[in-house]
Amino acid sequence: MADLKDLYQQIVLDHNRAPRNFKKIPNASHTAEGTNPLCGDDITLYVTVEGNVIKDVGFQGKGCAISQASASLMTSTVKGKTTEEAESLFRAFHDMVAGGPDAPADDKTLGKLAALAGVKRFPARVKCANLPWHTLHAALTGSDEPASTE
Amino acid sequence: MTMVRQASAAATAARTAAQPMLDVERVRTDFPLLMQHRDGKPLVYLDNAATTQKPQVVVDSVKQYYEGYNANIHRGVYKLSQQATDAYEAARVKLQRFVNAAQPHEIIFLRGVTEAVNLVAHSFGRTSLVAGDEVVISAMEHHSNIVPWQIVCEATRARLRIVPMTDEGELELDEFEGLISAKTKLVALVHVSNSLGTINPVKEMVAIAHGHNVPVLVDGAQATPHMAVDVQDLDCDFYALSGHKMFGPTGIGILYGKAELLNAMPPYQGGGEMIRSVCFDKTTYAPLPAKFEAGTPNIAGAIGLGAAVDYLNGMSWDAIHAHEDDLLRYATESLETIPGLHVLGTAKEKASVVSFVLDGVHAHDIGTIVDKEGVAIRTGHHCTQPVMERLGVPATARASFAFYNTREEVDALVRAVHRVHEVFS
Ligand SMILES: Cc1ncc(COP(=O)(O)O)c(C=O)c1O
Repeated sequence: MADLKDLYQQIVLDHNRAPRNFKKIPNASHTAEGTNPLCGDDITLYVTVEGNVIKDVGFQGKGCAISQASASLMTSTVKGKTTEEAESLFRAFHDMVAGGPDAPADDKTLGKLAALAGVKRFPARVKCANLPWHTLHAALTGSDEPASTE
Repeated sequence: MTMVRQASAAATAARTAAQPMLDVERVRTDFPLLMQHRDGKPLVYLDNAATTQKPQVVVDSVKQYYEGYNANIHRGVYKLSQQATDAYEAARVKLQRFVNAAQPHEIIFLRGVTEAVNLVAHSFGRTSLVAGDEVVISAMEHHSNIVPWQIVCEATRARLRIVPMTDEGELELDEFEGLISAKTKLVALVHVSNSLGTINPVKEMVAIAHGHNVPVLVDGAQATPHMAVDVQDLDCDFYALSGHKMFGPTGIGILYGKAELLNAMPPYQGGGEMIRSVCFDKTTYAPLPAKFEAGTPNIAGAIGLGAAVDYLNGMSWDAIHAHEDDLLRYATESLETIPGLHVLGTAKEKASVVSFVLDGVHAHDIGTIVDKEGVAIRTGHHCTQPVMERLGVPATARASFAFYNTREEVDALVRAVHRVHEVFS
């Protein structure tokens, strides 16, 4: 079960069980909804941006352990970062989970987001991990279309 | 469950005692894919409601066509084309007998249930629905028996009415009768639910609808792999099936329709094969079934589906039923011993489908973990989002059994689901 342990690391299970920033932000400057049609995950993301800094971020929704943990880890990581920093984290995260089984992870940039590195060996789960990030991107770029991993 | 014994199967049943036994180990050797191992573990395939595995005879029939007599049908005067045409038309007769249709031209070869429903929705629906009319479907339809009706209702400004279901996953028949009125132009119902396994009392429902002169389409995708279907006994007006769900190839299925209705309906697609004569002023259409088979059809698929029907005819539905019922009971009981596990869909009449959820664990995570144990099940909404909504769950895990599955495979599933608890503890 080595692979499963890689996927469901303790930190992932912990963030799934007790997601951080699981809240609605009533006066958020940016919101977006994201869905993963394959497994029925859906999340709503609330972001408060001041200048170009993400002052606060929260999410609500339901989904599998990977999408919930990813949303929790993402929100705790991007809070206080600039929107540009958040976008470049998304790129690094995407490269880590979607780059195939041997993708190197940029641990220095990713920090605790690296806990989701195991996803790269589970191609069917890449979309679950990426969903919150696609949704964040949609919120920040002000796209009206709901974000989708399809 | 209606169990009409097929001719050859009847002989087998007569030889054995009242309860014919299925020799599962022997049957499994007919299916090359079931002999596989993955990561050193035997493959446990429990996603038969998504698609079934194919016996060697089906694979061979397709191969023989391509290797031995591949030619387009109904066109050439040469022998090869005639041979292909004969095989294709022979497959139609096999399907006619399989569903006990009165005439072979009541069998239209199509891609499967999805295309069959779209055909009826567009050809029948668009010409007979006007603003204010109603189409009645049920709360447990597959998206393929919902969306085509939504599209046609939007175009004609007709309305969809939904037969509700109980918490157990049974349709509410009293409500059904109440939904039918002078505005109702068609009832479209799933025979067996793919997400819950419920076997709906379609014969009774057809009688109710006919009492109001309303025709009925039945989606038989999940019925034909488990039970004998007799369209004349059901008296349904349309019946759709998909070959790949009943041990045949993908991309082939049929729409059965009563000749009277099909004759009155306009073509669904235009093209080659479906015409009598074409000139720029006016085109006249070919008679049934060609009218609804525009273009070169899936010839190999039809031949392969015919081979699947032959294969099923060599078995006994009674034996299949007894075996699958045992698997259903055993799986339900075994899974329910797992703490926090709930089986959804507990109708009295059920095919061998077990949908379940685990407290605190999303179905998608269950799917990934049991896959690591070599057990293939489906997780998600199973193209029945309204069912998920009705039961208040985002998704379920679903094990669906065919006659080639075994109690040992149920045990493997149960062991694998226990792993989920280990990972998540
Ligand atoms: C009940 C039911 N209806 C319709 C379909 C659609 O069948 P197909 O995809 O073969 O057209 C399915 C298959 O998933 C089904 O289970």
